[in-house]
Amino acid sequence: MKLTRVLATAGLAAGLISTMAFADGHNLPAEVKARNGLMANYSLYLGILGDMAKGEREYNEDLALTAAKNLAAFAATDQSLLWPEGTDTMSIDGTRALPKIWEDRADFDAKADDLDKAASAMAQVTDIDLEAIQVSMKDLGGACSACHKPYREPE
Amino acid sequence: MLKRTIAAVALLGAGVAWWITAPKPIAHATETALMTAPADAEAGEQVFWAAGCASCHVAPGAEETDAPSLAGGQAFASEFGTFYAPNITPAPEGIGGWTLIEFANAVMAGVSPEGAHYYPAFPYTAYAKATPEDIAALYAFMQTLPADATASKPHDVGFPFNIRRSLGGWKFMFGTPDGPKLPSANDSVQRGQYLSEALAHCTECHTSRNALGGLDTSKWLGGAPNPNGKGRIPNITPAKLDWSERDLMAYFTTGLTPDYDSAGGHMASVVQNLARLPEKDRKAIVDYLKAVPPVAEP
Repeated sequence: MKLTRVLATAGLAAGLISTMAFADGHNLPAEVKARNGLMANYSLYLGILGDMAKGEREYNEDLALTAAKNLAAFAATDQSLLWPEGTDTMSIDGTRALPKIWEDRADFDAKADDLDKAASAMAQVTDIDLEAIQVSMKDLGGACSACHKPYREPE
Repeated sequence: MLKRTIAAVALLGAGVAWWITAPKPIAHATETALMTAPADAEAGEQVFWAAGCASCHVAPGAEETDAPSLAGGQAFASEFGTFYAPNITPAPEGIGGWTLIEFANAVMAGVSPEGAHYYPAFPYTAYAKATPEDIAALYAFMQTLPADATASKPHDVGFPFNIRRSLGGWKFMFGTPDGPKLPSANDSVQRGQYLSEALAHCTECHTSRNALGGLDTSKWLGGAPNPNGKGRIPNITPAKLDWSERDLMAYFTTGLTPDYDSAGGHMASVVQNLARLPEKDRKAIVDYLKAVPPVAEP
């Protein structure tokens, strides 16, 4: 009787811990980890450019070019393997990807392409300068929001 | 004698209730000001984006283009039921054929051309503070938008909230929510207060409500539970919103937060709208947000 209860409690605790670990990101599917990493890279390079545009970081042409090129390279990756079925908010914890992505995949892909276009347009500006970055930030941020609005669960 | 007194009191009470719940159109002075205001569609376009009309009235999933089709159909869940944004295009199914006064009664007083109350999911309690000039300009601009023949979807609201007349009581109690008094406001803060409180209606989501859906004006912009049931809409008073002026200006233009996440959900639409305004208007909203009294809410 007592042993059963101890075992049941232990089992429950183990279950709880594994659930927490899952939600914590350790056991997320590799595709979800990869797309979160992709977003983190976008965020890093947008941050360097955005802080220059805002005047919170001194403008540096080499750094701006590196950030713009990397952002464009990440935005150009083929994302077809990053969004497998069954990795939406209804199926797993630890993601904010709404099921709507898979209901309208063509539109979702088109919105990813918009970021690709905006980022490569900025990276191809040969004489990149502060003003070009300030103008581009609006398109880049707009592309982020345009996809997050319909397809990411609000916090 | 007593019986007669009771009957008289009851009759008086019923009369007062009938008077309170009756739909009340805009004031005569407002009508006069509307009729003499210029039909300036170009100025109306700025009012239109500042007031965020398109965000709720475009069809579900439709883009907010420069001249959007306001065919309606988006669902708005609340604890009182689900509201569906109606068609407000210049078509018979929308607001086609409405006079300027009918339009102003709808937008500023929440009263339909048939004389019925609208539900306050439509933020007429904010638009009531707009100038007649801005409403006349908005009317002129909305006539230029494309017509659409989609029928408006009826709201899905249960008893007793489905009795429209009861909204007269709601308006009597909560229909004129006052924003904070900002006695030392400079021109930019005043402009920001007008844009935020009369047009952009920030408070509709960012201020908490009582059990009957009335705004708790003592906690103006102090954040609120999300009516969708998940998470909280943030406190945007200086008590919590510690973003710099530059951060806020960048957010209202690009939708990117200081740590380079992006706006999502309804706020993404708000940012799209604000990005269309002149820079000094965005600056005015920033100045207003820095000037509102801090609210110590989570």
